[in-house]
Amino acid sequence: MFSVRIHGRGGQGVVTAAELLSAAAFAEGLESQAFPSFGSERMGAPVVAFCRVDERRIRLREPIAEPDAVVVQDPTLLHHVDVFGGLLADGYVLINSARSMDELGLDELRGRHHPERLVTVPASELARARLGRPIPNAALLGALVALTGLISLPALERAIAARFNGAAREGNRAAAGDAFAWTDRLARARESAHA
Amino acid sequence: MSGAPDDQVPIAGRDGPSAEGTPRGAADLRFYQTGTFAVGGRLLEQSERTVQSDAERGNAITKGHRACQGCGEALGARYALDAALHAAGGRVIAANATGCLEVFSTPYPESSWRLPWIHSLFANAPAVATGVAAALRAKGRTDVRVVGQGGDGGTVDIGFACLSGMFERGDDVLYICYDNQGYMNTGVQRSAATPPAARTATTEALGRHPGNDFGQGKNAPLIAMAHEIPYVATATVAELHDLEAKVTRAMDFHGPRYIHVLVPCPLGWGSRTAETVLIARLAKESGLFPVFEAVDGRITAVSRIRRQVPVEQYLRRQKRFAHLFDGDGRPDVLERLQAHAERNIARFGLLGEADRAGEIELLDALATGEAGP
Amino acid sequence: MREQLEGSQAVARAVARCRPEVVCAYPITPQTHIVEGLSRLVHAGELAPCEFVNVESEFAAMSVAIGACAAGARAYTATASQGLLYMTEALFNASGLGLPIVMTVGNRAIGSPINIWNDQGDAMALRDCGWIQLYASDNQEAVDLHIQAFRIAEALALPVMVCMDGFVLTHAFEPLEVPDQAQVDAFLPPFSPHQVLDPDEPMTIGAMVGPEAFTEVRYLAHAKHLEALELIPRVADEFRSRFGRHSGGLLEPYQSADAKTVVLTLGSVFGTLVEVVDELRERGESIGAVALKCFRPFPMRELREALQGAERVIALERAFSVGVGGIVSADVRAALAGLPVQVNTVIAGLGGRPITRRSLRTLFQEARAGNLGELHFLDLKADVVERELARQKGGGRSGPHAEGVLRDIGAVAAGPV
Repeated sequence: MFSVRIHGRGGQGVVTAAELLSAAAFAEGLESQAFPSFGSERMGAPVVAFCRVDERRIRLREPIAEPDAVVVQDPTLLHHVDVFGGLLADGYVLINSARSMDELGLDELRGRHHPERLVTVPASELARARLGRPIPNAALLGALVALTGLISLPALERAIAARFNGAAREGNRAAAGDAFAWTDRLARARESAHA
Repeated sequence: MSGAPDDQVPIAGRDGPSAEGTPRGAADLRFYQTGTFAVGGRLLEQSERTVQSDAERGNAITKGHRACQGCGEALGARYALDAALHAAGGRVIAANATGCLEVFSTPYPESSWRLPWIHSLFANAPAVATGVAAALRAKGRTDVRVVGQGGDGGTVDIGFACLSGMFERGDDVLYICYDNQGYMNTGVQRSAATPPAARTATTEALGRHPGNDFGQGKNAPLIAMAHEIPYVATATVAELHDLEAKVTRAMDFHGPRYIHVLVPCPLGWGSRTAETVLIARLAKESGLFPVFEAVDGRITAVSRIRRQVPVEQYLRRQKRFAHLFDGDGRPDVLERLQAHAERNIARFGLLGEADRAGEIELLDALATGEAGP
Repeated sequence: MREQLEGSQAVARAVARCRPEVVCAYPITPQTHIVEGLSRLVHAGELAPCEFVNVESEFAAMSVAIGACAAGARAYTATASQGLLYMTEALFNASGLGLPIVMTVGNRAIGSPINIWNDQGDAMALRDCGWIQLYASDNQEAVDLHIQAFRIAEALALPVMVCMDGFVLTHAFEPLEVPDQAQVDAFLPPFSPHQVLDPDEPMTIGAMVGPEAFTEVRYLAHAKHLEALELIPRVADEFRSRFGRHSGGLLEPYQSADAKTVVLTLGSVFGTLVEVVDELRERGESIGAVALKCFRPFPMRELREALQGAERVIALERAFSVGVGGIVSADVRAALAGLPVQVNTVIAGLGGRPITRRSLRTLFQEARAGNLGELHFLDLKADVVERELARQKGGGRSGPHAEGVLRDIGAVAAGPV
C-alpha cells in the first residue's frame, strides 16, 4: 500500500488532487481511496487530504498518520502545521515552491530521509503559465508521479481529462506534464551529480 | 334554515362573495337576508343555493363527532370542506393538525370524516399537505386537490414555519385556519391569535392588565398576503354564502391559498351555545374581525359592515371579557378595543368608499412593499 | 461496473435507481452531497417522475415525506445529527403510522458542543423511534443497503434509516458499483401501499387511540420488527444472488467463529478493525470481529449464536449513554445473558476522533493483559479532564467546559489530523 498525504489551504484544490490521484490509480487497475480531513467550507483554512493506493481492496478508514509521500501545496503551512508528521524514513516530500529545501529551512529533513526523495517544484508558476491561475494541484501530481513512479503519466492525464472541461482540462494536463518533465529532469541531474 | 338568517350585502353567489352592488338574476334588488333556500319569500335558484342546502352534499365531516354544543369550528369545517368537495368533484384529500377538530372528529374507534384524511402532528399539517400534493403531482393526479387545516394554535404558532414554507414554495394546497383565538382543546390557553384583553388560562383576568396583553399577536392573513400567494381570504361562520364562495373561489386557483375563518368557541369564549353565529356576525359588524379577500398579495374585495355595532355589544356576550364590565369595569380597555375596531374600519375600508380615504391604499402599498415609512 | 465515486454520489445514484417519487431535502453536513446529487438528477430530468421539495427544516422534510408516502408515493429524505433530532416527533409519527419511508443518516455527533464530525450519537439517540436501523460498514454496502431498504420498508410498512458514517464514508472517494436501472427494477417493484389517501376509497389515517387499544397497536409495531429479523436476511440473500455480493443482513462475522476475543462494532470502523484483527491473528492471537448491520430490530438470537463461543466481547461503540455507559453493549449483554462471556464497553471515535490501528492495538493489548475496565473511553485525555474538573471546583465563573478544554489543548490543531 502507498499512502499520500496532501496539505494545502481551502480553495487550492487539495481534495481534488487526492481524488485525481485515486482516480488515476483506479484507471491503472489498482485499488484506491481518497478522502479529506473534514471540516466546514472555508477558503484559506489549512486542509489535508489523503489518498491510499494498493493492489488489494482497501479496508482501512483511518487518516494517514504514516505517509509514504507528503505533498505540500502551500509553503506557508511549513513551520505552522506539522505537515511531515509520521513520514516514513524512505518517504517522499514534494513542496510547491520555487525555493530549495534549504531555502525553505527544511535541511534537517535530509538527515532523516533520502535527499533525492525531497523535492521542491515551482508548481504554482507552472500552473499559472498553463492555466492562467496559480492552482498547483495538477502540476504537483505530475511531479509526484515522476518522483514516485506510483502511476503512469498517461493515467494521470486521463483522470484529469475526465474531471475537467475545456480550457481547464488542457491547462491542467499541460501543467501536470510540465511538472513531470521538470521533476524528471531534476532527478536525472541529481543522479548524474552523484555518479 | 333555522336560527338567525344570513345577513348579506348584495347577493353573494358563487361568482364572488362581496360583489358590491352587482345583482344577479332578473330582479335588480339588494337582498339583505338571504337564507339557505329562500329569499324575499321566494325559493332561490338552484345555482344560488348554498352547498349546505343540498341533500347530496359531501358531508365531509358527518354526524356523530364529539364537538361541544355550539362549536363554531365544527360548523366552519363542514361548510368549508363541503364547498371544497363540491368544487373539486368530490376529490379532496385533507391533512389536519392536532387540535379540537382532529380530536372531536376521530374519537377512537370512530371517524366522522368521509373524505381521505390524515392527521400527523401538531406543527406539520401544512408540510404534510405539501407532501400529499407532491405525491399527486408525481403521479400526474391533477384531478385530486389538497386541503390542509388546523386551528389557530397549529397554524399561527407551532405550525407557522411549515405554513410559511408551503406558501413560499408555491405548493398547491388550500390551507384553512379555524380561528377560535386560543388553544381550546388543552383547556383554553393563549395563542398568537388571542385578542387583547381576552381571558385565557395563561392570561388570567387579574392585576392591572387583566387578560391578554395589548401589542402582541400575529395577523396571519396579512402575513399570508406578504407571501404574495394567489389567494387569501378571511371569513366567519356567520356568513355561509360568503364562506362557501371563498372556498369555491380558492379552488379555482392553483398554488398556495389561505382562508382564515373566525369560529367562536362557546367553551373558551364563555358564550351561549346558541349564539355562535350571532357572535361571529358581531365580530365582523363591530370591525374587530375584518372580512376581505386578497389576490397575489393585494386586497381585492372587502365585506362591508352593514350596521356598525360598538365593540361592547360583541364583548358583553363573552365571559372571557367579563372583567371589562364587572364592578366598575375597565372603560379604558374598552376604549382601546374600540380604537382597534376603528383602525380596522379605516385600514380596510369596512364602512364603504367614503371611509377608505388613504388608508386602504396604504394597506395595499404595504402589502406590495411599495410604501415608505 | 465499478467506478471511482464519492460515497454520497453513489448513494444518490442508488436512491435514484429506486425511483423515488418525492424527495424532500434540508441541508446539513455531512449529507448535503447526497441530496444535491438527487436534486441534479431531478432537475436534469434524469430522475422522473419525481418531485424534489426544498423544505424549510428537517421537521418539515419528514412531514412532507409522511404526506407523500401516505398519498402512495415512494418518499426519501436524508439528514444527520441535529436534523435527525429536529424531526424526532415526525420520526415516531412515521413509524407509528406504518409509513415505509427510507432515509439516509450521515452519522454525525450531536451537540452541545456543536460538532460536525462523525460519530453515531444521532441514530443511537433515536433507537427507540420505531424505525428499522441499518448500518453500512463501507460505501459499497451503503449503496446496496438503500436498495434493500426500500424493499424491506415496503414489505413491512415500516420506515427504514440507513446509517453511514458522516465524512468517513459520505466524503470518501473510492471504486463503487451502482447497480443499473434494470437490475434495480427487477429487485424492487413499484410501491404498493398498505394504506393510501385515495378519494375513491376514503380512509382516516392518524386517529387518536385510547387506553383500550394503544398497547395492542404498539405491540404490533414490535411484532413487525420481529418479522423484520426474518425478512432482512432473506432480502440480503436475494440481493446476493442477483447482484453477486454480500451486503446487509443482520450481522457479519469476521474470523470470529473460534476466537476467544470478539470485537463487535457498527459502521465504517469495521474496515480498520479487520486490518488489526488480521495483524494480530498472524501473530497467533485468538481474536475476531463482528459487524452489526441491523441495530433495530436487535438480532438477539443471531448475535448470541455468533458470540457464544467467545470468552470476551469488546463492544466498540461510537456513541454512549451519558450517566450509564454503552448503548449497544447493553443490548449485547442482554443477548448474552447467562453465558460466561465478559463484555467490555469501549467508547471510541466520538465527535470525529479517528479510531486508529495504533489505538486499537494498544486497546487489545490492555484487554489481553486483563487491564480493560468494563467501561473504557479510548484515547481519553485524562489529564485534560482532570484539569477542567479542578477548574470548575475552583468556583466562580469557570466558564463552559468546552472553552476550558479547547484552551487547555490549544485551540489550533498542530498535527495533520
